[in-house]
Amino acid sequence: MPVFILSRLFSAALVLVGVSCLVFLLIHLVPGDPVEVMLGEAAQPADREALRHALGLDQGLLTQLLHYFNALLHLDLGTSLQSKRPITELLAERIPATAELAGAALVVAVLIAVPLGVIAAVRKDSPWDYGAMTVSMLGVSIPNFWLGPILILVFSVWLGWLPVSGREQGDSIILPAITLGTALAAVLSRMVRSSLLEVLHEDYIRTARAKGLAEGAVIWRHGLRNAMLPVVTVLGLQLGVLLGGAVVTEMVFSWPGLGELTIESIQRRDYPVVQACVLLISTSYVVVNTLTDVVYGWLDPRVRLGDRS
Amino acid sequence: MMRLWLPGTILMLWALGALLGPSLVGDPNHIELQRILASPGPAGWLGFDDLGRPVWQRLVVGAQTSFMVSATVVAVTAVVGSLIGATSGFIGGWVDHVLVRIIDIFLAFPGILLAIALAGVLGPGISNVVIALSVVGWVGFARLARGQVLSLKHREHVQAALALGVRRSRIIIRHLLPLIVAPLIVEGTFAVAGAVIAEAGLSFLGLGVQPPAASWGSMIRDGTRYMLMAPHLVLAPGIALMVVVLGVNLLGDRLRDWLDVRSRP
Repeated sequence: MPVFILSRLFSAALVLVGVSCLVFLLIHLVPGDPVEVMLGEAAQPADREALRHALGLDQGLLTQLLHYFNALLHLDLGTSLQSKRPITELLAERIPATAELAGAALVVAVLIAVPLGVIAAVRKDSPWDYGAMTVSMLGVSIPNFWLGPILILVFSVWLGWLPVSGREQGDSIILPAITLGTALAAVLSRMVRSSLLEVLHEDYIRTARAKGLAEGAVIWRHGLRNAMLPVVTVLGLQLGVLLGGAVVTEMVFSWPGLGELTIESIQRRDYPVVQACVLLISTSYVVVNTLTDVVYGWLDPRVRLGDRS
Repeated sequence: MMRLWLPGTILMLWALGALLGPSLVGDPNHIELQRILASPGPAGWLGFDDLGRPVWQRLVVGAQTSFMVSATVVAVTAVVGSLIGATSGFIGGWVDHVLVRIIDIFLAFPGILLAIALAGVLGPGISNVVIALSVVGWVGFARLARGQVLSLKHREHVQAALALGVRRSRIIIRHLLPLIVAPLIVEGTFAVAGAVIAEAGLSFLGLGVQPPAASWGSMIRDGTRYMLMAPHLVLAPGIALMVVVLGVNLLGDRLRDWLDVRSRP
């Protein structure tokens, strides 16, 4: 067990080092002189040199990389060019909103996916199954930057039930959460369906039926509980889609999270903030996946002993 | 379930619209000031946008944008990714170890985030969208091709070719790639759907095509400002986008069943 945990932690650390290197290289991909791009052509030469020095761009690439990692280890992400504030502060302000949105979207996804998947599996090859899977196919195919405006149009503008954007009111989160959760719900409902179909063929399901359990109890207590194991693993991987989608969804609803900060910083050419946002979102994704893996290995010995290629 | 004709028809129309449409319909940037935000009607069957440009013409040009970008991205990433993955799986050793780490690193970036960051840093423009999506997209093919080759490389015909002294590049291209083409095609189909949405997403964020060029994503973004007065500006490109993505996804599903590819990793 400790070997399994250590090896997972080691590869997660390696991945994080690689991710940091890629993020570090981002600023060097700016065409031309990044300092000129960030400050504009009208900037004074002295200002340019000051920024170049502050960002360390006047040093060799390797030196820069070492400084960068040294700063990262001290949780120093630099200063925003726009607001002149420490980037860690900016991120800290935005994290709760994104976490809240991702959590709510996850709840929405599970609430839609589980009933849909169960209906489809229990009534396999019936109109119910086709209907549920058609809904799921539509869900995967609707881009969130279109679903969002449509939901705003219907529920905020026409019906006037929910706020258009922002995060001030308690019910502001409903539309963004539905927008972000829909695609995940679509993927999950297919997983629930196929996973439950497999489980329903097991002997213990036949036993449960044979001893006279009500069909509902067989499905929910015996079937679904076991069928959810593979679904939960996929959920960890799908978190990446959720976090990526959050960037777009936050822009649609002016939701003040990390995604909105990322896009705003791109528009203002505040590249250090862009780098920090990408790094933070990716790191949280890696951390959550590693935790899922470790907890899973702890719960289910087959995972840690099995072939992991 | 759904037969092949529905996704086939959708994709055919999309491709035809993209390749021939722009030369058949009129100028997408023709401005008629008296028709600003006009609803669908006899003058323009999908109405006019906030600058008085015809929505139908812009929709057709948008089809071209999404088709060209997704076709280029998927062609490049499928070839490069499959070759890298197959080679790495076949050679094994430290090369393979390094590649697996690189794939892990790319997979650590959630969804579209890396593409957004790359497109943001490289600057807006359609060629940068292609670059950003290609940098992100090759990983899926590489991982799939590597896994497939790992399971095939100990087969007799590969061992026989090795024993005969056939060059390794030839073994990969002649004896391995043909066997893994089916799952790669399925992966490629879903990759097209992903690329269409990603291109539109980047254009929606203002990182894709630049005005006055049209993309379904930028049309949706521009349309949201006038949603109350002219909902057709958002509905038309959104429905087009959804129908195309739905068609590609249905085709992928269908191909997966037909080619008997068990599951996507």
